Amino acid sequence: MAKTLFEKIWDRHLVQRLDATSDLILVDRVFLHERTGSVALRSLKQAGRAVAAPRQVFCTMDHVVDTFPGRGDKTTMPTGMNFITATREAALEAGLTLFDLGDERQGIVHVISPEQGIVLPGATVVCPDSHTCTQGALGALAWGIGSTEAEHALATRTLRVARPKTMRINIRGRLDEGVTAKDLALHILATLSSSGARGHAVEYAGEAVRALPVEARLTLCNMATELSAFTALIAPDDTTFEYLQGRPYAPKGDMWDQALAEWRDLSSDAEAVFDVEHHIDAGEVAPMITWGTSPQQGVGINGRVPLFEEVAGRDSREAYDRALKYMDLTPGAELADVAIDAAFIGSCTNSRISDLRRAAAILKGRKVAPGVTAICVPGSTAVKQAAEAEGLDQVFKAAGFEWRESGCSMCFFAGGESFGPKSRVVTSTNRNFESRQGPETRSHLASPETVAASAVAGRLADHRRLLS
Amino acid sequence: MQSFTNLTAVAMPLVRANIDTDAIIPSREMKGVSKTGLKDGLFAGWRYTQIGGREPTPGFPLNDPSYDGCAILLGGENFGCGSSREHAAWALAEYGFRAIIAPSFNPIFFGNCVRNGIVPVIADLAFIEAAAKAVSQAPQTHRMTVDLEAMTVTSPDNAKAGFALEPEAREMLLHGLDGIDLTLRLRDKIDASVDADRLARPWIYL
Repeated sequence: MAKTLFEKIWDRHLVQRLDATSDLILVDRVFLHERTGSVALRSLKQAGRAVAAPRQVFCTMDHVVDTFPGRGDKTTMPTGMNFITATREAALEAGLTLFDLGDERQGIVHVISPEQGIVLPGATVVCPDSHTCTQGALGALAWGIGSTEAEHALATRTLRVARPKTMRINIRGRLDEGVTAKDLALHILATLSSSGARGHAVEYAGEAVRALPVEARLTLCNMATELSAFTALIAPDDTTFEYLQGRPYAPKGDMWDQALAEWRDLSSDAEAVFDVEHHIDAGEVAPMITWGTSPQQGVGINGRVPLFEEVAGRDSREAYDRALKYMDLTPGAELADVAIDAAFIGSCTNSRISDLRRAAAILKGRKVAPGVTAICVPGSTAVKQAAEAEGLDQVFKAAGFEWRESGCSMCFFAGGESFGPKSRVVTSTNRNFESRQGPETRSHLASPETVAASAVAGRLADHRRLLS
Repeated sequence: MQSFTNLTAVAMPLVRANIDTDAIIPSREMKGVSKTGLKDGLFAGWRYTQIGGREPTPGFPLNDPSYDGCAILLGGENFGCGSSREHAAWALAEYGFRAIIAPSFNPIFFGNCVRNGIVPVIADLAFIEAAAKAVSQAPQTHRMTVDLEAMTVTSPDNAKAGFALEPEAREMLLHGLDGIDLTLRLRDKIDASVDADRLARPWIYL
């Protein structure tokens, strides 16, 4: 019987059907970070349970660590150090692989897992973090879980999972010059809504997806959680295999050949049937900016804040009014006129070397507008080092950006550093919720290019005008 | 985990769309490496006048004595979206919530509720809005009922709606089961699967 990519991976990991809707699934990789992993490890120990396959479990420090140069265990977030030391102790005691502060492999979990070749095509990967879907870009089945489920995966090497439905989102044609995977992700959210993929494992397919390099695919899959998807994945191809070959944890020698033979079969069969299919024209995607407090509330950078009537099928009156009040915007206002206080480049969505290169191309020879706080946080220590080797750090710094150590930083407010009440931030991150980046902070989601151009302009700006 | 069969209790309306887990429990309120000590931080951003403070915001339902003892929460679309932090479910459970009724839930949050003895009930927004109106007239006496055996929810005006839950989730809630214990009964089956997989995909096993 013809199968989708999702079904092939799922069936390969099926230990036992539990009932009509749930299965027991083998978990190949568990990733933990200090924010939620520390609790899971401590709770597991308190219950007298051991980690069943410690060599397949990895830990990083990314969520509450500071990103200031010269950082250590101490954090701006009160009590943050407890999470760091608890994770370190528990990881070492359980024999897990830890990418600690000071380790060249440290970084944001969804940046370093592909970077180190830990996530592999056809593998199941879980992490107590909602953006674990990012890693589906390599053709893996990777999904976010809670801490209790993380304990389950650690103790049993399995998870009890309700089988999701399948959805394919076909992206026809090619993205225009200057339009990125981030814009595509925001366009899909604006089209399908923030509940558009609820209950589904989403396969991204089509010419535009095939043309994306791996780092852009990671950006696209990253925001599947904002669609309420179970996860997203992309069939692995030569682009994927070239990216993975030679990475530290990727198979080597004969094992690589053996793995590759299996990976080449990891695509949806031509006759496979999806529960839902959507088609998106890549040519219709513009550089995007969000205007509200949900990632679905986005428009083209040269667009206006929609009138309620234009989004009435999507947002309730209460949600629309509340969003505009919070964002201090009026219906019909031109977004490109909106002045900003801060610009942020970072997060598991857009902090990889290609993201930094594209932003730097815009910043080169330019200055951040007076009064705008601009910060760049590389997604991993390896990305930071690679950027410095290319001189990108000098470009960012010369333009007026702060250049940081890697971590999740101000993608979310951990309780320490923030942008400040009512400050308006253009950001390459993934969530524009109320107070996400700090109490009362107003976030506009966009690509790294749009963030860089807006930082220079001092207002939301179309980066394509700067380049032409 | 505490089992759940049925519950008649004070219900608190908070019918807003996209209530995210950081609104339920702000990161700054997750102070310890622990599943407890979270109830005072529940909805802190809305509940208190100052960040990190404890002065109650007038009008926020958690600060309204007429909702004392509430154990059912009426929410809006996409409840529990955002971060996967289980602290959101822990904070709600510690405060005393045993059921959340919303038109839709974020999938990770939904699973976290089930694993912490909170019944996530999916109901129509119209039903929820009508129930919220009825409840708010006299919260202490206009109570709601969630019946997990009958799979029904009843509002104070006696409007009744059925709801669905996957059998696995329902069983775990009804009997307060621990997933790890259940799964470890299948240990031999898991070991056999791992042994076979190790031969088929040796590159997975580091």
